[in-house]
Amino acid sequence: MLTILFDGIAYGMLLFVLACGLSVTLGLMNFVNLAHGAFAMAGGYITLVLVNRAGLPFFAGLAVAFLITALIGVLFERTLYVHVYGKSHLDQVLFTIGLVFMSVAAVDYVMGSQQVFIRIPGALQGRFEIFGVGVGRYRLLIIVTCGLLTLALQLILSSTRFGSRLRASVDDARVARGLGINVNAVFSLTFAVGSGLAGLGGALGAEILGLDPTFPLKYMVYFLIVVTVGGTSSITGPFAASLLIGIADVAGKYYAPKFGAFVIYTIMIIVLILRPQGLFARAASK
Amino acid sequence: MLRIIPLVLAVGTMASTGALAQDVKVGVVLPLTGGLAPVGKQVQAGIKMYMDKNGASVAGKKIDLIIKDDAGSADNSKRLAQELIVNDKVAIIGSALTPSAMAIGPLSTQGKTANVVMVSGTSGVINPNNPYMVRTSFTLGQQSGIIAEWAAKNGSKKVAIVQSDWAPGAEATKVFTDAFTKAGGEIVETIKVPLANPDFAPFLQRARDANPDTLFVFVPAGQAGTFAKQFTERGLDKAGIKLIGPGDIVDDNDLPGMGDAVLGVVTADIYSAYHNSPANKDYVAAFKKANGYRPNFISLGGYDGMHLIYEALKKTQGKTDAESLINAMKGTKWESPRGPISIDPETRDIVQNVYIGKVEKVDGELYNVEFATFEAVKDPLKKK
Repeated sequence: MLTILFDGIAYGMLLFVLACGLSVTLGLMNFVNLAHGAFAMAGGYITLVLVNRAGLPFFAGLAVAFLITALIGVLFERTLYVHVYGKSHLDQVLFTIGLVFMSVAAVDYVMGSQQVFIRIPGALQGRFEIFGVGVGRYRLLIIVTCGLLTLALQLILSSTRFGSRLRASVDDARVARGLGINVNAVFSLTFAVGSGLAGLGGALGAEILGLDPTFPLKYMVYFLIVVTVGGTSSITGPFAASLLIGIADVAGKYYAPKFGAFVIYTIMIIVLILRPQGLFARAASK
Repeated sequence: MLRIIPLVLAVGTMASTGALAQDVKVGVVLPLTGGLAPVGKQVQAGIKMYMDKNGASVAGKKIDLIIKDDAGSADNSKRLAQELIVNDKVAIIGSALTPSAMAIGPLSTQGKTANVVMVSGTSGVINPNNPYMVRTSFTLGQQSGIIAEWAAKNGSKKVAIVQSDWAPGAEATKVFTDAFTKAGGEIVETIKVPLANPDFAPFLQRARDANPDTLFVFVPAGQAGTFAKQFTERGLDKAGIKLIGPGDIVDDNDLPGMGDAVLGVVTADIYSAYHNSPANKDYVAAFKKANGYRPNFISLGGYDGMHLIYEALKKTQGKTDAESLINAMKGTKWESPRGPISIDPETRDIVQNVYIGKVEKVDGELYNVEFATFEAVKDPLKKK
């Protein structure tokens, strides 16, 4: 029972790291970035190359994956995304889904289409028992890492100068500009961090979710569910949604394997009927 | 002036059909893009390997190969197959995975076109309703029945089954369950996993809690590595549970990247890149040189499919009507890189050796090393 809960939390945390970047771009910047999963995939493959081929330690690989994906994020944001910020959501969807297909084909061409795995250190493999609860070491690592990240993000958003600038830019970009905030730079940095987190999530998740060129398409639905259920006002919403979905998915599949696949969709439908804006929606919208 | 145009067109058409009379058109519909692209690429590579090795002419005719990409969706396969049959007038059509082969089947019957199924492992694809279809791939039943027999003889008594919830998975489970219970074993739990499934944790935990001594698994090849990793992560190997399945789960395409978690997995396969025969050594060497990766069991469907087409054309001396071709194909026997295979004259399905193999590390790379052979296995779901 507790093992199921533990697995569910780990899975939920992983979903959160993967999806929180999306909730930031969608919720705070009002930009639909379906290519979010492509950044996650990039992070996974970067770690793979660094760890398996160049022999870097696993944790260093994770850090570098975060940085490089963030850099790619800035590059794309400055050269491509900036042109579609003002466009309609349909344009944004078409544009970013195009990017997804290009990324799938590009990775297939360069890395091959087969499933790949990142070599993780022996200390992280296997599991141990605490008070009769089986705890997977790797899943524990995920919970700890993601928990720390969530805390850090929440602190940055709510109580730093950058956080308040970001919130100001989102609420009213024009006034924020008038007050001397460099809105473009704030958005670039936010986008970079969001992409970097996706990259980190992709690298961490490769062990559990697997990694192949169709990654961004396979998991797009899960990211979107997290964001829809969670609402897009803060990062608390997606965090709660990720945990809810992670635990419900794992528990549903354990106790009722036949209906396991429907559990998360059922939750999504119920939440959206009761709270169309998501669990933690901003009261007033523009 | 305008009146001349139809005339010119007519002459042009005559001229081109005249030139084509010497050619035999072979149209193959494969998924070359999208999630199933690895499958299509292996088949394509197998076909090209055969044609490179044996030349592009047979029985005085040139083989004109047309490959179409259906991106893995069966309605595309149907449309493309129709174009191939009606517009290109292909003599032989090649089809791939189960949904696509099912979609193309009736077309090949109506259009009286020989249809060689190169990938599908579902028993019902080759059936009495579609008399112009033959198979050069395998059926999951062939492998699942054999691994059940083997497991029952080698100490497995209580088996839990984890199966992807789609037609081939259901077939694998059915054949395995029948054969295993007949041999006196017990199935303690059957768990169906959604086809698109990110995390196996809950299913594995459930399987573990059922206390089996062996776990039979059928998931699509791309997921097998993840599955095996989580199997060891959860400590099922340490709990003394053996992992077995059909050869699909140790697909040579994915095996090198799966990691040491799959060491010791026992499967019943129809082909392993490590299969010990001179024909296979040549095949693997040439394949790796041309493509840069290992051939897997799927590539053989394409390679042997071409062989069957060549042999049939030799027998009919170039006649390409479906009736003669299929009759020529029935009962054909040959030595493939996977071992001796033949086409059952009664069912038009493939008969082949099934091998029991275990994943081992050879020269630092993971291979499925075969250690026992069951000869000339037919599809168990077609036995009467």
